[in-house]
Amino acid sequence: MDFEFSKDDELFRQEVANFVDKELPWNWREDKIDSEDPKDRPKVTEFKKKLAKKGWLTMAWPKEYGGQAAPHIRQLIFNEEMSYRGIPAVDAGITQVGPIIMLFGTDEQKKYFLPKISNAEIDWTQGYSEPDAGSDLAGLQTRAIEDGDDFLVTGSKIWNGAHSGANWMFMLVRTDPDAPKHRGISFLVAEMKSEGITVEPIPMMWDHSRALITLENVRVPKKNLIGELNRGWYVGAALLDFERSGIGYASNASKLIKELVQYTKETTRNGKLLSEDPIIRNELATMAVEIETAKMMAYSVAWMQSKSDIPNKEASISKAFGSEMVVRLVNIGMKILGSHGELEPNSKDAPLRGIIEQLYMSSPASATAAGSSEIQRNIIATRGLGLPRG
Amino acid sequence: MELGLNETQQMLKNSAHEFLQAECPDTYVRAMENDGSGHATEIWDKVAAQGWIGLMFPEKYGGFGLSFLDLTILLEEMGRVMFPGPFFSTVIGGGLTLLIAGNEEQKQNYLPKLCEGQLIISLAVNEPDSYWDQQSIKTVAKKSGNKYIINGTKAFVDNAHISDYIIIAAKTNNKISLFIAPSKSEGINQNLHKTIGSDKKSELLINNLELSNDAIIGELNEGWNYIKKIQEYGAVGKCAEMSGGSQEVLDMTVEYAKQRIQFGRPIGSFQAIQHHCANMAIDVEGIKYLTHQASWNLSEGNDAKKEISIAKAWSSDAYQRVCALGQVVHGAIGYTKEHNMQMYTRRAKSAELAYGDSKYHLENIENIIGF
Ligand SMILES: Cc1cc2nc3c(=O)[nH]c(=O)nc-3n(C[C@H](O)[C@H](O)[C@H](O)COP(=O)(O)OP(=O)(O)OC[C@H]3O[C@@H](n4cnc5c(N)ncnc54)[C@H](O)[C@@H]3O)c2cc1C
Repeated sequence: MDFEFSKDDELFRQEVANFVDKELPWNWREDKIDSEDPKDRPKVTEFKKKLAKKGWLTMAWPKEYGGQAAPHIRQLIFNEEMSYRGIPAVDAGITQVGPIIMLFGTDEQKKYFLPKISNAEIDWTQGYSEPDAGSDLAGLQTRAIEDGDDFLVTGSKIWNGAHSGANWMFMLVRTDPDAPKHRGISFLVAEMKSEGITVEPIPMMWDHSRALITLENVRVPKKNLIGELNRGWYVGAALLDFERSGIGYASNASKLIKELVQYTKETTRNGKLLSEDPIIRNELATMAVEIETAKMMAYSVAWMQSKSDIPNKEASISKAFGSEMVVRLVNIGMKILGSHGELEPNSKDAPLRGIIEQLYMSSPASATAAGSSEIQRNIIATRGLGLPRG
Repeated sequence: MELGLNETQQMLKNSAHEFLQAECPDTYVRAMENDGSGHATEIWDKVAAQGWIGLMFPEKYGGFGLSFLDLTILLEEMGRVMFPGPFFSTVIGGGLTLLIAGNEEQKQNYLPKLCEGQLIISLAVNEPDSYWDQQSIKTVAKKSGNKYIINGTKAFVDNAHISDYIIIAAKTNNKISLFIAPSKSEGINQNLHKTIGSDKKSELLINNLELSNDAIIGELNEGWNYIKKIQEYGAVGKCAEMSGGSQEVLDMTVEYAKQRIQFGRPIGSFQAIQHHCANMAIDVEGIKYLTHQASWNLSEGNDAKKEISIAKAWSSDAYQRVCALGQVVHGAIGYTKEHNMQMYTRRAKSAELAYGDSKYHLENIENIIGF
């Protein structure tokens, strides 16, 4: 065993940290930069271009596509440093669409898309979920009908991010309604400016919006079909070997807990420092334990990947535990802030710039997104522990 | 980073598993719960013959010279089968204490015999009113000529009833020193506690116990520094037992959920049961990696206070959660004396209490995170 990173890896971590601290001209976390907010988008793109220049944006990509084929541990470190600072460094183009095109795309598709993705020129929105297809994603109904050189696509997609800035969407659509549900799905990419696409923002309870995207007879050229017709489910599922440890939860939380401890040492309530309250101390110590646990779970996933093992229950464990851990930390944080916890980010006297107040609303949604906690537990129980499906 | 076992560790794990499967069936564990001594000497001898007692002690003291991390792997397997007897208390409380604190002569005196299985040594630190706290220790060693006279009461002393020697933490002036005394000394009286984990722990009534100067282990007045170090190993060792135990509880619970039929189907197909099992798996995964991380750091000689307290705080609570859910999935049968489930549940509580409970370790963590 060896629970330390190698010297080279530690140097790399230092290099990333130095670069970010120097090159990030604004304070990302403090300014509450939202990569999916149109007003912040130019900043995000600008920073991504800097990462691209360093070669870090696509560091996980194979060398033949301009990447560095970086080992999982390097990716882990990179992601850890980025999420510690709250920077959305890698996007769906880097982690999903690019790799899918590498694996399944035609030469023409590769030539067209890959450079644009690696230079941060395309903003993707993910069109998987539908109003009637959430956890049961394979039940999706958006229909694509062949029509000459095109598909005609009709249906709706929901919860998409980056709605106002995105110029492309990748999506799963039904191309054979008579086949078993996983076998009649195809993977398409479409320009958002295509006729027939309307985007309606859905304001969320925190300071953020997702989107409802309606498609009405949208013409998508057949050359935008990635992979084989009706094999889209498997195209969407097969990704290059990316770091999928879920380190972001622990990394984020380790920054938050530092800020909370500091806050208790500077804040008095009823004449007493909060840091002297034994309940507060105990609760934050408990969270320090949980953060370390989430970190080790994430490390173990990256480590398995680094050995070409395929984590299944381990990744679900990391996702379920990590996302719920953040919710617990934020709940404790809110209690610590007391009456000030209700103050929104821009109001006077909002403690910790309102981050906790926002997370109080958004962190539970992270436990729903990307496979809910219940779905993760189903996976742990059936695929991981071998219990019979219900 | 490498989170897996090396070849030696894998071999050790396999052979420990095989040995314990054969020598320590649940019938043995159950029988030892009610046995006066709490273990069978034939099995103790076999364990000694495996070289396990001396596993991590240097070769010059009759050991195998492996690492504490290797011992951790063995303790995991022992925890899996609830291996009864004085292995843990003798190796960590006795042997490690001598290795860490003892002078050369003391090491030569005790360790080779201990490694051979000839000596059982217990460690007496805590008292009715003192839990891993130097200040509240009331047992006193008073100097009188070239002797010390010891008076006080010790509580929860593991396996003192079958021990050959007991190491006693006592106040010398305002510091703590460690003394080693033959267990049968005049001046030591024992009462066996009855415990939830059916292990053997005693109260020691120490009344004018006379010891010579050379009964002091290591340096006078340095006792608490030794104890703090030993407590680190003890806490991680307990985590290892909990890691193995919790994995076994998960395995047997999943197995039961696949086999038990209600409403015409295995209960493991019900989602409520599946999620109980998934939650157990989450906790078990955490125990395993935190334990290995702490043990690796300790073995490497790194300052591991944070990793150790985190591992012990997590494992202590997580193991109890795992057992509680295991009980739920087993239904009524799991609460019967005849069933193994409840044996783990009871031991999970005693493992929490050993070498610092979660409250104790959380207080350590408070300091570490900046309070
Ligand atoms: C912040 C956020 C961002 C998102 N971003 C995107 C995006 O960019 N693109 C995109 O395509 N989608 C996105 N999603 C959608 C996300 O993938 C879905 O929300 C998620 O898959 C759950 O689907 P649902 O919300 O329809 O809930 P449902 O599937 O309706 O589930 C409702 C409840 O039922 C439970 N449930 C459902 N099925 C089961 C089952 N088999 N067993 C036990 N319990 C079950 C769920 O766990 C949940 O508690 C996002 C969601 C959020 C919250």
